[in-house]
Amino acid sequence: MCGYGGYFGSVPEAETLLRRMTAAIAHRGPDEHGIFVAPEAGFGHARLSIVGLGDGQQPMSDDAGDLTIAFNGEIFNYVELREELRAKGRRFRTSSDTEVILHLYDVMGEDCLSALNGDFSFAIWDRRRQRMMLARDRMGVRPLFYTTHGGTLYFASEIKALLQVPGVSAELDPVALDQIFTLWAPIAPRTGFREIFELEPAHLMIAERGKLSIRPYWQLDYPDHAAQPLFADERSAAEELRALLTDATRIRMRADVPVGSYLSGGLDSSIVSALAAGMAPQGLRTFSVTFDSAEHDESAFQTEMATALGTHHTAVACRAGDIAKAFPEVIRFTERPIIRTAPAPLYQLSGLVREQGLKVVLTGEGADEVFAGYDIFKEARVRRFCGRQPGSRIRPHLFRKLYPYLPGLQQQSAEYLAAFFGAGDVPLDDPLFSHRPRFKSTAATKIFFSADLRATVKDYDAAEDLVSRLPAAFGRWHPLHQAQYLESRFLLPGYILSSQGDRMAMAHGIEGRFPFLDHRLVEFATRLPPEMKLKGLVEKHILREATKDLLPSSIGRRTKQPYRAPDSHSFTGIGELDYVRDAMSEARIGDSGLFNPKAVTKLYEKCQAQPVTGFRDNAAFVGILSTQLWLQTFAGTRTRAAEAA
Amino acid sequence: MTETIKDSVRAFVIENFLFGDTSYDLAETASLIENDIIDSTGVLELVAFIEDRFGIAMADSDIVPANLDSLARISAFIETKVGAPVTA
Repeated sequence: MCGYGGYFGSVPEAETLLRRMTAAIAHRGPDEHGIFVAPEAGFGHARLSIVGLGDGQQPMSDDAGDLTIAFNGEIFNYVELREELRAKGRRFRTSSDTEVILHLYDVMGEDCLSALNGDFSFAIWDRRRQRMMLARDRMGVRPLFYTTHGGTLYFASEIKALLQVPGVSAELDPVALDQIFTLWAPIAPRTGFREIFELEPAHLMIAERGKLSIRPYWQLDYPDHAAQPLFADERSAAEELRALLTDATRIRMRADVPVGSYLSGGLDSSIVSALAAGMAPQGLRTFSVTFDSAEHDESAFQTEMATALGTHHTAVACRAGDIAKAFPEVIRFTERPIIRTAPAPLYQLSGLVREQGLKVVLTGEGADEVFAGYDIFKEARVRRFCGRQPGSRIRPHLFRKLYPYLPGLQQQSAEYLAAFFGAGDVPLDDPLFSHRPRFKSTAATKIFFSADLRATVKDYDAAEDLVSRLPAAFGRWHPLHQAQYLESRFLLPGYILSSQGDRMAMAHGIEGRFPFLDHRLVEFATRLPPEMKLKGLVEKHILREATKDLLPSSIGRRTKQPYRAPDSHSFTGIGELDYVRDAMSEARIGDSGLFNPKAVTKLYEKCQAQPVTGFRDNAAFVGILSTQLWLQTFAGTRTRAAEAA
Repeated sequence: MTETIKDSVRAFVIENFLFGDTSYDLAETASLIENDIIDSTGVLELVAFIEDRFGIAMADSDIVPANLDSLARISAFIETKVGAPVTA
């Protein structure tokens, strides 16, 4: 687990540039740094040593010097792959997974990607063929960004490394901002930066003879709605799920350093921790965040689960003011505006893990996408149910059951509940049926856009852009699978695994591993009948069945409690620091040119004055503040920010 | 009186939900929900405003879109209530 930067083309003073790129992402790999420079290509690498501690230095070349790799991540099945390659006569110099990729590429070319089970991003310089191959894992766990400048391709694990390239500047992309203020994240390959892109998950890029070609090597796919279910028997499906999840966890315990686990108190991380505890004879370390506010805190469940498993548990308290203190650093690592503060406590958590001397943690991330855990899946089902009887006064009461943690919603009449969720308003065949209310209510934040920014994006519709990227088969999938695809293909890599995941963990040099995102498990889950995942309004039903012997019943029966953190109120009261007042001031907002200064001032005053703030106002506050911090951190000057609009 | 209620309601909605944006073309009959002007928290803010400003105690059964989902409906609702005894 590491970070790297590199180029393919012609670069004067290449070594100096590579050192600067590597230094910019040194947090990703504090253990070792390495440089490789050839006339046509170069890599700089910052290493977090986890596998092959003594002999896994990077960049790594083969014996002949024909192939050189810079690699970030882990290949979890490298042990099996190495044995297969040895059986074919390949000889290994190191004990690392990095060398396995080199051999596999030598044997299979880019087809090697189909054999890899892991979270990876890598670049291979193929001297014989004079080409560079870049690739990224299937679900988008590990990042890879690129840009071209002066005919040279530059790439890196984080954008801040690309900003070291002379001539590459940080300018906010207004379309990306529109996407964030509608969909919560930019649609890849777009990033927050103009002319800087990310390689999409499950894609590879070949750069040769002055051309870039990008294509997918794997796709998330679901069976046709009308197709016969592949798993009619729930018990056998649960058994297969358990076997796959156990193996996915087992190979993610592979490391030459201790592996710990996040333990939120929810179902998913409890399952992962339970499986891992059974595979850690020396004992398992677990870690969690606690909150002052009862609305967000899950410490009772964390303690219960840690006690049940006998783990050595450590928690970090996220207190009033902590989110505001960390937020500027959080934005430096997310490298994009965000509309939720949820990454900030995870930044604190990875800091705790680092303090405790660990480098690797398992997490339960991915289970909600793969086994239909999110409220939005249930919400879509209730909306369809209400849509069949639009005037019903009884059916909308089900919305209350979905959101017991939202007090404002509990007090609403059936008529208002139906109206808020657009029950009956969205056509049932709308490809975005499940997500349309979320996108619509998020887009309401754009009321704060300045007149100039509105004019710039007036002909752009982020939701329709998303629709245009859906695969041809999408319309033939079950509605639940359509909703799962939207979450798994866009929000998971675009926000959960990046802004909340890789970027927050790697800020402190911590590698997260995600058993639920093992591609064998993901592929298995796509073939399960929807009713096995969302049974009535019980989420992750088959997962509960498959793991019920692992958990105390109070945890196993828990309804999904979404991970949330206090939003605008993190920045008022104790969190009202000087930088917040400055960034949200009429003068600064006016300088940026992106938002309406007077409206933002009123929003700020409203959030200060009211004890409870609604979704739109919270999202707008965090989105505007993070955009202002983004501009200060990356664009640097007022002028450039204003130009972006 | 009607004009005062209308003006007062419009001013509140513009100030509190449109953050002073007078350029927004808010028709008297436009749905506040469909136009994403108000959310579930916003409804409670609106109820608090009506109760505080006009001295009306709103029963749960009053808090429905038929009474509150446009400027015109809000004004009409208030007009009815201030002219008649309020029952909880």
